Amino acid sequence: MRGSGPESDIVISSRIRLARNLAEFPFIRRCSPQDRKSIEKMVHDRLHAIPGFNALYYLRVDELAHVDRQFLTERQLISREHAEAEGARSVAIDNDERLSVMINEEDHLRIQVMKSGLDLHSAWQQINEVDDQLESKLTYAFHERLGYLTACPTNVGTGMRVSVMLHLPALVITNQIEKVFRSLQKINLAVRGLYGEGSQAMGDFYQISNQITLGKSEEELIGQVSGVVPMIIAYERKARDFLITQNREDLHDKISRAYGILCTAQTISSEETMHLLSSVRMGVNLGLIDDLAISDINKLFVETQPAHLQKLRGNELDTAGRNIERALYLRRYLQDRGKEHRDERN
Amino acid sequence: MKCQQCEKPATFHITELTGEKPHELHLCEQCAQSYLTNNPSGGTPIQPSLAGMLHHQLKVADTAKELAKLDEQVCPICGISFYEFRNQGRLGCPHDYTCFGSELEPLIVNIHGDSQHAGKHPKHHQQTSQEQTRLIQLHNDMKAAVEKEDYERASQIRDEIRKIEDGQS
Ligand SMILES: [Zn+2]
Ligand SMILES: [Zn+2]
Repeated sequence: MRGSGPESDIVISSRIRLARNLAEFPFIRRCSPQDRKSIEKMVHDRLHAIPGFNALYYLRVDELAHVDRQFLTERQLISREHAEAEGARSVAIDNDERLSVMINEEDHLRIQVMKSGLDLHSAWQQINEVDDQLESKLTYAFHERLGYLTACPTNVGTGMRVSVMLHLPALVITNQIEKVFRSLQKINLAVRGLYGEGSQAMGDFYQISNQITLGKSEEELIGQVSGVVPMIIAYERKARDFLITQNREDLHDKISRAYGILCTAQTISSEETMHLLSSVRMGVNLGLIDDLAISDINKLFVETQPAHLQKLRGNELDTAGRNIERALYLRRYLQDRGKEHRDERN
Repeated sequence: MKCQQCEKPATFHITELTGEKPHELHLCEQCAQSYLTNNPSGGTPIQPSLAGMLHHQLKVADTAKELAKLDEQVCPICGISFYEFRNQGRLGCPHDYTCFGSELEPLIVNIHGDSQHAGKHPKHHQQTSQEQTRLIQLHNDMKAAVEKEDYERASQIRDEIRKIEDGQS
């Protein structure tokens, strides 16, 4: 993510996905290998027939090497399930990697639009248009009363999941994050941590999304999520103010040490990198670190992930090898950026 | 500012997000800790899983014998049994929403608090769920016809599919 867009100091990204199924096929679980191939081909052909869609990258996920599938997962263009599934499946991705259409995931189609910062309304506009265009070429499974039919009853109705990724380090430090979770769950919103290499909750990133998909319109569901986000942002800002006024030295020290480790480590795990980058990100936001931009940190979060490092290096690496490569990458990147910033100032 | 619950200075400013408007609390560290750990707002900490929900719902609704009978129920279109759905949490085809309707309905209400779609509809011609079920059936028939190399039958079926898709049925 570019580190731009509204509220991008705290909101990393906004995402909407729609689950859709074709009327004439069983859901994925009951598809024969032949069915999966037919769906894949049919959607592929129809995608190409839509004006403006031929610019999409179209990738047969089942034919990709493991590292490439992982690479797409790290860029959030496909889900982990889609990367690891079996049988014919693919993904279409637009030029700027904001729109992706997964074919043969849990549902026949999973359309996704992602934006930097808090920008759910333009994400909805775009995805709604894409959905309309696809629907003019495909027959969706739709029920008069239940709406769009999905493989899992938790998605039936709008088939829509609206999510916002937030960076909430100060709420974590001040132990208020649990409280936020409980409040959100009460109003039917789901919260999950961001997971890293070993599916362990990482750093201070949290994703908030709608839990229900039936009985409310798309606009209402979006309104529910986008209505609560400003409150959490205000809450996080307040916690940051509290930290900086009560304990500026400690906070500055913690952030500077994190930055120091990232600049000098010789081997570093992805978990530690996430935690340290999280501190540094807050430091940049609070003006305690001035030779880096938020976009740099966002870039580092993506590019220090395992498949990205291996693509960069051009060969497979085991955990130990990745940790060395990651430290090397961080040292080089941070040295260069720090130098550029100092040059700009002089 | 003083703590709302004691005389010490308030260092924690907690905003309650529940309810219509955010509600502010000003507490000292000690009072804040106890406020946060006691979870006065209550609420359910974890959303129960789909399988758990279904299990609970069926346990309440049915005797073991009825449940066993229910498990054997099979969708005529995709062949999934209710037992398989109960175990995997995923349905086999759009028709399952109709053929397992009476079992699914309470589950859906449980998950969503509603059973009536209020969002967008496909703009182009939309078939009834009956027509959609017919589409899957015809699709299966066509596969069988092609396998038997009965191309005349296959092309008849294709025409029929087109008719439904174009809204001429
Ligand atoms: Zn107090
Ligand atoms: Zn079925």
